[in-house]
Amino acid sequence: MAKLPKPEELSKIDLKPPKTDWMDTPVEFKEDMYCWGAKGKNLKVVEFPNARDWSPKEEDWKLPENWKEIVMEAFGDRLSKYRSFKLFMDICVRCGACADKCHFFIGGGDPKNMPVLRAELMRSVYRKHFTTGGKIFGKTAGARELTLNVLKEWWYYYYQCTECRRCSVFCPYGIDTAEITMMGREFLNLLGLNIDWIAGPVANCYMKGNHLGLEPHTIKNSIEFFLDDIENITGIKIEPTFNRKGAEILFVTPSGDLFADPGTYTAMGYLMLFHELGLDYTWSTYASEGGNFGFFTSNEMGKRLNSKIYAEAKRLGVKWILGGECGHMWRVLHQYMDTWNGPADFLEVPKSPITGTVFENAKATKMVHIAEFTADLIKHGKLKLDPRRNDHLKVTFHDSCNTSRGMGILEEPRYIIKNVCKNFYEMPENTIREYTFCCGSGTGLNASENMALRMRGGLPRANAVKYVHDNHGVNMLANICAIDRATLKSAMEYWVPDVQVCGIHELVANALVMKGEKERTLDLRLEPLPGKAEKEGNE
Amino acid sequence: MKIFFPLVIVMILVLLVFAGIKANLYFLFGVVIPYAALAVFVLGFIYRVLKWASSPVPFHIPTTCGQEKTLPWIKQNKIENPSSALGVIIRMALEVFAFRSLFRNLKTELRDGKIVYGSEKWLWAAGLAFHWSFLIILVRHLRFFMENVPVVLKTIEGLDSFLQIGVPLFYMTDAVILAAVTYLFLRRLYLPQIKYISLAADYFPLFLIFGIVLSGVLMRYFFKVHIVGVKILAMGLVGFNPDPKILSEIGAIFYVHLFLLSILFAYFPFSKLMHLGGVFLSPTRNLSNNSREVRHINPWNYPVHVHTYEEYENDFRDKMKKAGIPVEKE
Amino acid sequence: MSLKNLLEENKGKIIAKWFDAIIETYPSDTANFLKSQENRFANPVGATISQGINNLFDIIMNGSDNEEAYAFLDNIVRIRAIQDFTPSQAVSFMFFLKRIIREELRKAIQEKHIYEELFAFEAKIDVLASSAFDIYMKCREKLYEIKASELRRMTFRLLQRANLLSEVKGQDSDFKEGNDG
Repeated sequence: MAKLPKPEELSKIDLKPPKTDWMDTPVEFKEDMYCWGAKGKNLKVVEFPNARDWSPKEEDWKLPENWKEIVMEAFGDRLSKYRSFKLFMDICVRCGACADKCHFFIGGGDPKNMPVLRAELMRSVYRKHFTTGGKIFGKTAGARELTLNVLKEWWYYYYQCTECRRCSVFCPYGIDTAEITMMGREFLNLLGLNIDWIAGPVANCYMKGNHLGLEPHTIKNSIEFFLDDIENITGIKIEPTFNRKGAEILFVTPSGDLFADPGTYTAMGYLMLFHELGLDYTWSTYASEGGNFGFFTSNEMGKRLNSKIYAEAKRLGVKWILGGECGHMWRVLHQYMDTWNGPADFLEVPKSPITGTVFENAKATKMVHIAEFTADLIKHGKLKLDPRRNDHLKVTFHDSCNTSRGMGILEEPRYIIKNVCKNFYEMPENTIREYTFCCGSGTGLNASENMALRMRGGLPRANAVKYVHDNHGVNMLANICAIDRATLKSAMEYWVPDVQVCGIHELVANALVMKGEKERTLDLRLEPLPGKAEKEGNE
Repeated sequence: MKIFFPLVIVMILVLLVFAGIKANLYFLFGVVIPYAALAVFVLGFIYRVLKWASSPVPFHIPTTCGQEKTLPWIKQNKIENPSSALGVIIRMALEVFAFRSLFRNLKTELRDGKIVYGSEKWLWAAGLAFHWSFLIILVRHLRFFMENVPVVLKTIEGLDSFLQIGVPLFYMTDAVILAAVTYLFLRRLYLPQIKYISLAADYFPLFLIFGIVLSGVLMRYFFKVHIVGVKILAMGLVGFNPDPKILSEIGAIFYVHLFLLSILFAYFPFSKLMHLGGVFLSPTRNLSNNSREVRHINPWNYPVHVHTYEEYENDFRDKMKKAGIPVEKE
Repeated sequence: MSLKNLLEENKGKIIAKWFDAIIETYPSDTANFLKSQENRFANPVGATISQGINNLFDIIMNGSDNEEAYAFLDNIVRIRAIQDFTPSQAVSFMFFLKRIIREELRKAIQEKHIYEELFAFEAKIDVLASSAFDIYMKCREKLYEIKASELRRMTFRLLQRANLLSEVKGQDSDFKEGNDG
């Protein structure tokens, strides 16, 4: 029980930190702000070193004795492997342009969430161990020893960064905190210091092909379950195929959409669209995960999980790969996959079998984003759409961090939305496109034990949604990311309770007039379509 | 401490010069140190850049700030999200010459019917003013090193002094750089956020540059030095044949100017000032966003242990068969 | 001159002090950001507080309905409920107003003997402060509800197919096995 505050204390709280320098302010683990430590069994599955059960709350993290050497050796190694890391350790001038661009800082106000300071947590150690000035002048040169406290600080703050890259847009030298956070996590993982919310899915994905640990027959069952709903809604029976050799296209999407609402409606949307097109495609149970929590662990783990996609495409003998709506999945597919596991010379340059469009922009990786694919269909008039079915929705679009700042897919989703629903409103300019705010739960931080962190991080985004909600009556937040669909739903529940969340292919499938369908009265959520409820009521 | 320490260092440096002059160490301050500083600068700069360059760029990680190149009918932002070398060059040029990214801070807003600018424009403006005037001043100084001053230099000088005030003519850049450095310093001092993140290494170059500019201004407009002597010394240094006799004829303030500049040059390669070279190497800016079109090679890419399909099927073969999912081995 | 007139006259000053007092509850590096960044999208916390207290002040001053005040109170408390505040700290900002008014208007109130009005005004603040606590509790409950419903959303499809999925069902209890994304 807390001490009863004196009256004057209650009326004037002063939470200003003691006037100490940030280096002298030890990290404090605050409730609801961090995730649980990785379980040993999950790390063992992927043969990670120092696998053990541990808790960040405990004083003793059960570190190996030579933990410092392990980190410093890896530090030196990564400096020689990544120009980005080395450069970003050296050239920051601390101008402060990035300071107030981080959603966690904006929503929570912890100074160490300022990107510049988050990076300085590591730079200070870099100076001490890798620069002459730092070795000689120590603290005056901004250098400090790597101590247990510093390590804990790293853990706390590198699992409070979603690698969203918003700061790097504003940095005059393009310093990308994501690169620094990635290294931070890579070092921590050498000591077995992952969070379980990442380690669990990684282990699952490695053994079973997807984060959720769905076994092959379960994936099939999950999808078949959607088919019943689709038949209810449209009267059409869809028969997708799994692990089918000789299909033209392999379809890969995040497994979260097979499982949790509202992502499931997006998955239903894919099924309906592909059926209507008569697309020669297959799902895979082996490569059943587009997302990649390995990417949030270490470069090597990212590569290990990602390898399944090309391997499966090769085994099945498909011509090219189509990827569903997801954020970090696309950062990986766009900027990493071909480098890691290519060249994909066994595939062909993707060509839409419906429109004949050749996707020249994907001619090396051979993987097309579904927003590109669908936008092309609509442009060529290949889809019969009835946007009135989405009349009950007033939609705004949230750009995902990775697809906007690590790819640049901005117009396709907007083009699609505008063609499948009539009420579309943009959020304010400095909160969308390359300036978009993170959902606050990316990079595997979408656990439940760190809910306060997530809500803080989600505040800047939610605040902009609230604006269009209040001004235009927006009630649907569309996006192209599975983590967004799962986590923005929660952020909205807290900040703007009247706004729902959806993927754009849910909207597409609602508007899609399919050959031989019955008169639709329900949308994909099994709720009455606009105008249909009253009609039924009147009858 | 963060502010005090570098300030004291700069003061000591200034005092060192006066002590040196008193002790007749003209050759040291006029010839040896400048040569040494220049050598450290050039070699250090090259060393640092080569050291960065020796680390490869394993992944293709541009930060994209606009629509990428996809379908032909979707308008690509060819500069903010370049897919060609030309686009990258323009993007980098905007970054280097106009501080494009800092400019993003400049948010205009309509408030009560008036356009209001966020306070952050000052950082961009002061940064730009500082760097450009520094460059112009450097270029202007080249006249000391040349027998015949080229037209370009004369034009720059003419433009810089076009106000035609005072004798000698007043250079605008002198005022601009003083104002900008002062602003950049006060910003670190008065904005708690910026103060919190600032290190001694942020204040030191500011003090140093302030000292260089101040001594330069004093020398030009107030305490006149033997300007012809300066030119003779400069020409001598360029020809690696400095005239020792001229050294003692130039005023002390000149040596303060020269010494602080030497320190700046020597300090440069070991400091954050290397952002001058670093900005060109930044992989989030200098790569084109074409990683799905052209495969990027990672020189240290190594094979990793993966869970193969075969192993996967072995784990689940029965369940797959039961669910009607095709398998490789019956 | 009534208290209302006094308040109206001094509104600018009082609001500014109130705002500063609330902002002071954040670390100083943060406080500066909250104060200086005026774009409501770049600084939702500062903007919400500023807009909220302005409206709350008007509502209390004009004796309007508490219903109206509730929305603005909610906006502020909702933010403070997920920041590093104890419950009492999170809702204490209403009491700041009392102190500031007493400090600012002490002399005028003493001269004009308008204690009755002051008491009535302070009573309204007290009511809102207790509402703030209600809101705080609701926000915290909401957080737990969200945690629970995330789990429910993840397991819902599973439960629907429980009879099909004996193996996976075994993992239900260990919900951390499953994940979105």
